[in-house]
Amino acid sequence: MDQPPPVPGVELELPAALTAEIDEIVGRYPQKRSAAVMVLHALQDHLGYLTPDAMEWTAARLELQPIHIYELVTFYPMFRQRPVGNLHLKVCRTLSCALAGSHQLHAHLCRKLGLDPHGHGPQTTEDGRVTVEFVECLATCGTGPVVLANDVFHEHVTPGTADELLKQAGVSK
Amino acid sequence: MSSTTPSQTTAADTLTVRVNGREVVVPRTMPEAVSGKAVPTTMIQACEAAGVTVPHYCYHPKLPVAGNCRMCLVEFGTPALGPDRQPLLNPDGSPVIRQSPRPAIACATPVSPGMEIYTDTDGVHAMRRAVMEFLLINHPLDCPICDQAGECKLQEYALDHGQAASGFDEVKVHKPKTVDLGPRILLDAERCILCSRCIRFTRDIARDDALGIINRGSYNTIAAYPGRQFDNNYTLNTADLCPVGALTSKDFRFRMRVWFLKESKSLCAGCGTGCNLLVGSRENRIHRFTPRQNDAVNSCWMCDEGRLNYRWVGRGDRLKSPLNRRSGATEWGTVLDETADLLRNASRGSVAVIGSARATCEELFLLKKLCQHLGARSDCVPREGEADGLLVSDDRNPNSHGARLTGVCFTEIGINLPYLANDIEAGKIRTLLVLGEDLTKPELELPTDLLGRLENLIVGDILPNPTVDQAHIVLPGCAHLEKRGTFINVNGRVQRFFKAVEPPGQAMPETGWLGGLLERLTGEAPARSAEALFNQLAEATPALKGLTWAALGDQGVTVEV
Repeated sequence: MDQPPPVPGVELELPAALTAEIDEIVGRYPQKRSAAVMVLHALQDHLGYLTPDAMEWTAARLELQPIHIYELVTFYPMFRQRPVGNLHLKVCRTLSCALAGSHQLHAHLCRKLGLDPHGHGPQTTEDGRVTVEFVECLATCGTGPVVLANDVFHEHVTPGTADELLKQAGVSK
Repeated sequence: MSSTTPSQTTAADTLTVRVNGREVVVPRTMPEAVSGKAVPTTMIQACEAAGVTVPHYCYHPKLPVAGNCRMCLVEFGTPALGPDRQPLLNPDGSPVIRQSPRPAIACATPVSPGMEIYTDTDGVHAMRRAVMEFLLINHPLDCPICDQAGECKLQEYALDHGQAASGFDEVKVHKPKTVDLGPRILLDAERCILCSRCIRFTRDIARDDALGIINRGSYNTIAAYPGRQFDNNYTLNTADLCPVGALTSKDFRFRMRVWFLKESKSLCAGCGTGCNLLVGSRENRIHRFTPRQNDAVNSCWMCDEGRLNYRWVGRGDRLKSPLNRRSGATEWGTVLDETADLLRNASRGSVAVIGSARATCEELFLLKKLCQHLGARSDCVPREGEADGLLVSDDRNPNSHGARLTGVCFTEIGINLPYLANDIEAGKIRTLLVLGEDLTKPELELPTDLLGRLENLIVGDILPNPTVDQAHIVLPGCAHLEKRGTFINVNGRVQRFFKAVEPPGQAMPETGWLGGLLERLTGEAPARSAEALFNQLAEATPALKGLTWAALGDQGVTVEV
């Protein structure tokens, strides 16, 4: 019994630039499988989240079985299998930020957006515009509480500046 | 592995270690489980050689080492060296042993010369207790309803190394239960200790890399990729390998407590490989097959198809009574008398025999005697399939070499069948004795009305089929699970098997009625037991010369075929 071929015929429509980027990523490593996490990041940046097709396509691209890609995607919280809001707020809850009030900040954001302040994992508003989640250390421990809004850092965030942030993003008045 | 140095190895190939104070000589390297490459001998192998069992979950001698369960932690020491790199000696001349400040996992730590391994210290027992405590934190402790109970490593080691009461006050993590991994395997993720034996088996042995560990931390779970089935022909081996009750066989689940099972040593008759197995039966009913280790044949595995091929043995429509359709006789004595009369009165050359390469060597031996006495020509029926490169052989008859060696068929099984069919059509053969084969099977391409042309059709079989339906005389026989005997596998391995259950009704082992016919025809009763028949067969067959039933043992003997 030979190894079944890794998922034949998973078609994923990707822009040429992304395909080229993935080719370049895969070429960096002596073994194809080593590129798995980087390829998944590239796909998630493009697709917004990792669909089953994206995982199967990655497995086929790296000559792996899809279960191995699925292991990675379920292991790392930064990989998502569901879409997130246009504004993705990551609130740090590690020690320094927690002492500086990140839990109150998280609760404030959740209440303001109609989300469960005690909920686990990423929570997205019903209109799909904002996602709030706790994350671990964002590495500016002297300036907490820290919020990563999409890819932009916000330091010393208070409920007031958080409201401002939502307003700027056009989420609330 | 033995603790003595084999004669062909030199001192350079071996090293000496002490296990709990006992000196043991082990090879420096041993073959790796899957690749066979020489890799350094590990502590657990040295302990095994010293007769000391180190408790373990993830380690399995036939799988690559993972080293994740930590149950095999041991303490050890190595000879201390002086500044001149020479061993320091105690005043009595013995080497100074410097004990390692940390324990090591015995399954993945190579031994070194002079190493001392301690498996019975307070420290080792404390570590085992701690590992057990961790493993049981989220375990549901549902032994009373768990199929693994009675053959569960977690249960056994909990008794040996665990605590009576849990010190865990928090809430247990709940994980998926009754997860349908594939058509034959269910997963209870709460019972799983994540040893990864199943993953390594299916990746490295079955070569179907279908399983992995998803999620993380306390939520780690064995899984197949969503939407994909764990469905190769070897999946049920993972239920054997699973040291706990996480992977269970859908076929055996909730059917029988394992401690009620009587285990009989037998063989799989599904193909020419002849995998060794244990038949688990209770009150004359077979409940499961499990592979029995034989490194010359099947290692520790068997295919799912062979493992599940037992239900037919207990079928209600089994042939239970001998029958002469002409006289209406249904007693063995009468039916055999009438059969012997038919054969005695048949003119020489008008009788032919179709045997089966699914019959035992002993039956084929008697069948050949019968052929010789009657001057009957004979052949067997070929049964071919596709080999899978693992265990399944392309020869689906379990005893083709037995049929060849006894002379019931030629080297190419079935080569004589068209000629026999021709002679039946031409009216030259008027009496046919068929043992355990259905000649109406389309793949044999015999004329459909062939059997109707016979004056006498004598059929010994187990289950009804169109050949049995047309028989004038029906002689009910036994499944190989209901008798003792030997098969010779495709590689010439002569292996014996034992009776697991009683045959239904009046059905009797084929050697019984073949012997009865021979006695009536020749006036001389052949031996009755499988032992005596095998010994006579071995005496009479050059390829088996010198073999005896007793010498076959449980693992069998390979002969030149």
